[in-house]
Amino acid sequence: MGFLDRERTIAPAGFNRWLVPPAALAVHLCIGQAYATSVYKTALVKHFGASLTEIGLVFSIAIVMLGLSAAIMGTWVDRNGPRKAMFTSSMFWVGGFLIGSLGIFTHQLWLVYLGYGVVGGIGLGIGYISPVSTLIKWFPDRPGLATGMAIMGFGGGALIASPVSTALLKAYDPNSGAQGWVASGDAVGKLFLTLAVVYLVYMLFGAFTIKVPADGWRPAGFDPAKVKAAKLVTTENVSAKNAVKTPQFWLVWVALFCNVTAGIGILEQAAPMIQDFFRGPDGASLVSAAVAAGFVGLLSIGNMAGRFAWSATSDITGRKRIYMLYLGVGALLYTVLALAGSSTTILYVALAFLIISFYGGGFATVPAYLRDLFGTFQVGAIHGRLLTAWSAAGVAGPLIVNAFLDAQGKPGQLTAASYQPALLTMVALLVVGFVANLLVKPVSARFHEPRLDRDRPHEPAMEA
Amino acid sequence: MSNVPNNNPSAPDNTVAVNTATGKLALGWALVGVPLAYGVYETLTRVAALFG
Repeated sequence: MGFLDRERTIAPAGFNRWLVPPAALAVHLCIGQAYATSVYKTALVKHFGASLTEIGLVFSIAIVMLGLSAAIMGTWVDRNGPRKAMFTSSMFWVGGFLIGSLGIFTHQLWLVYLGYGVVGGIGLGIGYISPVSTLIKWFPDRPGLATGMAIMGFGGGALIASPVSTALLKAYDPNSGAQGWVASGDAVGKLFLTLAVVYLVYMLFGAFTIKVPADGWRPAGFDPAKVKAAKLVTTENVSAKNAVKTPQFWLVWVALFCNVTAGIGILEQAAPMIQDFFRGPDGASLVSAAVAAGFVGLLSIGNMAGRFAWSATSDITGRKRIYMLYLGVGALLYTVLALAGSSTTILYVALAFLIISFYGGGFATVPAYLRDLFGTFQVGAIHGRLLTAWSAAGVAGPLIVNAFLDAQGKPGQLTAASYQPALLTMVALLVVGFVANLLVKPVSARFHEPRLDRDRPHEPAMEA
Repeated sequence: MSNVPNNNPSAPDNTVAVNTATGKLALGWALVGVPLAYGVYETLTRVAALFG
């Protein structure tokens, strides 16, 4: 399929680079649905007669596959360009929904694991990294802003999918008005089919809109010398194969892992946590389920807004400094949350909001951090390999929190003090991440790709 | 910011190109911006319970 080739996506003269972020967002808004699976989780538990853990495994498989496919396919994505990558991602993501719906209609949970988990998870991984390298090349003057816009979409996708899925489940289930209603499996199957069609259209819009800049293109008025003035920013290039041999890659990996693990600690427990933090003398929570749901919504906004705002800010502050903020100030905020979070709800909500905004900011800033350290040559592939930190944190975060909470008591009986060991463990993790980030120095010249022309900044030709 | 403009465009062609680009830009951003705004609005209505 030649029309998907990178050569067919090179932008003509006069192309407006602001057309590229919507193309990237179209993909990220679709795959961001992965954060909205809680909408039909109870319905699937009932439909399959399975446990919450068995249904939760669908999401866990998808996130693990995201990390693996991003790591394994990153070089392929860089070599073949964003259009082919986005097209492939859409086929996997939509295919995952179709196979998943078949599993639901035929009562075979393993098909949901295979569909949404494995096949869909591959679509997640390829889709997540597909526009990143292209955006960095279109916005060499503001890479943090550009990647922030796209990765904000991953946070925003759940904000759209959640209310839309709830409305569709009600529309597809004739019993939706009943007391204590839980959606039928049939309704969830139809929801999967509907999402497949809508996501196909949107992702293909992204794939066929995206373009790569011609070799040597620069935005008007852009002076690479100004960018180079920052100590950590290189105009050299490091291949993905060499990048993983550098200490810088693993230091950033640790920083991202610590930041994500700490964020997931709050996100996973958001609703029960706020209810446990504020209990009356009789032990009943002072926070209603509706208010707790509002808190979860606020965290989603913080997650999304942090991706854009902090990443864009990193263009001014530099990537290392903004990571010092995420990890250093994050550790302080976590400490206050653990020791004084239960004093007032306003303080609790404000602390959690900021912490989650740092969590989102960490995701969105990291591609630009990699560009600064390793150049643009294979930044997509390097980013893909780095996302294994996300997969690892996705396992470690809930494990840490749940292990501490299990030792403290049963759900519904926990208090603010029950959370202190878990939260203080997160503080220690953030300090480890802070130190790792502090140790990041420019990459040694022995890892740089050879340059034929030393007189002007040059990139190896093949990459998108 | 756009790319360096065509070196030798005729005036009418240039106008058409600019209009097309503006139209594409508006359509592209609307396609992603409208659903995103809807999602944020729906979420904020839930958040209202927190401060109600």
